[in-house]
Amino acid sequence: MQQIINFVIRNKNFLLYLFLLSIALGFTVQSHSYHQSRFFNSSNWVTGSIYETFNGFSTYFGLSEENAKLVEENKRLRKLLFNGRTETMASLDSTQLIYAVNTGQVVKNSYAEPRNYITINRGEKDSVLPDMGVITEKGILGIVENTSGSYASVQSILNEKSRINAKLKNTEHFGSLVWDTQRYNVVQLVDIPRLVPLTVGDTIVTGGMSSIFPGDIPIGTIQKFDLDNANSLYSIDVRLFNDMTNIKNVYIIHNNDREEILELEAATINEQ
Amino acid sequence: MNNNYFVNIIRFVLLILVQVLVFNRLNFFGFINPMVYILFLYWFPVKENRAAFIGLSFLLGLFIDLFSDTMAIHAASTVTIAYIRPAIMRFVFGVNIEFQSFRLSNSTRAQQFTFLALLIIVHHAVFFTLEIFSFANILLILKKVVAIGAASIVLCLLFNSLFSAKKE
Repeated sequence: MQQIINFVIRNKNFLLYLFLLSIALGFTVQSHSYHQSRFFNSSNWVTGSIYETFNGFSTYFGLSEENAKLVEENKRLRKLLFNGRTETMASLDSTQLIYAVNTGQVVKNSYAEPRNYITINRGEKDSVLPDMGVITEKGILGIVENTSGSYASVQSILNEKSRINAKLKNTEHFGSLVWDTQRYNVVQLVDIPRLVPLTVGDTIVTGGMSSIFPGDIPIGTIQKFDLDNANSLYSIDVRLFNDMTNIKNVYIIHNNDREEILELEAATINEQ
Repeated sequence: MNNNYFVNIIRFVLLILVQVLVFNRLNFFGFINPMVYILFLYWFPVKENRAAFIGLSFLLGLFIDLFSDTMAIHAASTVTIAYIRPAIMRFVFGVNIEFQSFRLSNSTRAQQFTFLALLIIVHHAVFFTLEIFSFANILLILKKVVAIGAASIVLCLLFNSLFSAKKE
């Protein structure tokens, strides 16, 4: 017994090191197989409010550019409204809509890591919950992964864990959108069969097959495509419409039918 | 002694803020984000309680992790260099560190540089190995360690010459 105690006292620094290292590795390994742990991300109160405070200063520098973007988008939407259906905004019945849209601002962005997360200043108070889609006026951005009271961390499409259903705009063939962690403006579309005709410059949009994003949200254009090793599937480099380095205003999309869809899918699997 | 605690707490907070608000957003050449918070371990007094030092380093890494959504890999790599710091010091400064009068500012430029460089290289090696987590990407790990390590060393040297107290 005496010897054990002596051993512990003699090696206390080493044991402390091992203990702390195993905690750190535990957290890290857990994230490889599972969601980020609940409190261990930048959507918590402390980091969120620090980021927001400092973001307040830097926002002013890009204000005019950001306004120009929003006016441009308004212009596009007005055009759709005037030329398209006759329904006006006043007659929209919000209980009938499938998708609810919320706005938010990015307080922390990253794009240089293999796993990038974006923090936005909307959280549970604004009814933003995990697994909602996040887009910008130009295209898709990511999926909400964790939320706190007033912040949410978004798993960016520039994240090696990200897998998003996407399709070719012309032919409706769908595959998965992944990222090879190499370039921040290029993502990969995989699982497109060989028989699909492809051209450089084709537009890629979201597939609408998940319950997270509506269909036909722009993603990017084909930059380059290759057959994979087995020569049966294409791997396509997609140049993003979004400039992932410069994102300010985002839209958070909630599918009101998501619970219903998930229940139905779960029931179908159980029956098999 | 009291003053020392105070200085270290200020350093702790300032280095975290500078790291997450400035250097994590640098993205030089698209991927180079130097890690200047390692200076905390470089500047930390030699004769302090070692267990407290390891604990503090873990906390430092953990805070950086919280801000940058990197799980706990900053914490793991920082606690590793905190643990092996005495070994590195013995390697760089020899028996000098056994003397009561030993001070970092009294050692030669070359010694200071080697000490800092070793801390950063070990830290970055652990960090990027954990980040990428498979040895299939050993070239990518090496590239990141070399590029980001060089950037970290340059910036840490700059900060060191800017903020090191001459009076000590």
